Amino acid sequence: MANTAHAHRIHPLEGRIAGSAGVRITPAAPAARVSLRAGPSDVKALSKALGLDLPLAPKTTSGALPGRLAAWLGPDEWLIIDEGGDPLADLGKAKVLHSAVDVSHRNTAILLSGAGARATLEAGCPQNLTDAVFPVGAASRTVLGKIEVVIIRTGDEDYRVECWRSFSTYAFELLSVGARDCLA
Amino acid sequence: MLLIHCPYCQEERPELEFRNMGEAHIERPKNIADISDEAFEAFFFIRSNPKGVTHERWRHVHGCARFFNAVRDTVSDRFVATYKSGEPRLEVERGEDGELLVKGARS
Repeated sequence: MANTAHAHRIHPLEGRIAGSAGVRITPAAPAARVSLRAGPSDVKALSKALGLDLPLAPKTTSGALPGRLAAWLGPDEWLIIDEGGDPLADLGKAKVLHSAVDVSHRNTAILLSGAGARATLEAGCPQNLTDAVFPVGAASRTVLGKIEVVIIRTGDEDYRVECWRSFSTYAFELLSVGARDCLA
Repeated sequence: MLLIHCPYCQEERPELEFRNMGEAHIERPKNIADISDEAFEAFFFIRSNPKGVTHERWRHVHGCARFFNAVRDTVSDRFVATYKSGEPRLEVERGEDGELLVKGARS
């Protein structure tokens, strides 16, 4: 009988840790992610299937992690992140027209926490992240250095940076350098 | 860095999130197979490229990913206004002080 080889999936940032006195940078736990697109008339049915209200205002989220979180990316586009559940299967129960693409293995995330978290992000992100316009619960697709990311503010001093898996080492290095310069 | 107002995100965002997508309000002829080569050339290739007020399509590509229209002054590089795609062409006028404003906005 032939021997079977088992491939072990390795997280691109496995075992990495970075930061400085004011901020801690760690890779996020694995999660299921869905890129969801649907028209405004189908939002209600999809919200019911997901068990949370899809946010309709720009730059907002609903739900929380760990668990399920939906972030508004555009007028007809959401990013669903779920640690543990299966959002794709839940969306399959909705009998309305929508597009749900599993992007779990395309994305990974980096967590920033600490008093210097915002300053660290600002090293590479041109968007205004101050409290008045980017409060806790805000989320936005934007730019970090040379790559596109989704930034979610999960707490007062906590941010989640969703980036593509293949760009994650770049993002991690950039944030590590940013952390070195943040004097929090 | 320029700040551009996205009509879908309803706020000003840094220009790095946007991409210029050429001249706005160019309508594809409905009888595209019947028009002459010259008419097709005018529709497909010829753009106005004015010095001064220009209507452009922009895309918030690293944000909400939506296309929208903008009125911009190519001399000062200043955005006069942005509006959602599908909305009628926004007319602007230059005041005595040289500043561009949306028509009717000056009181």
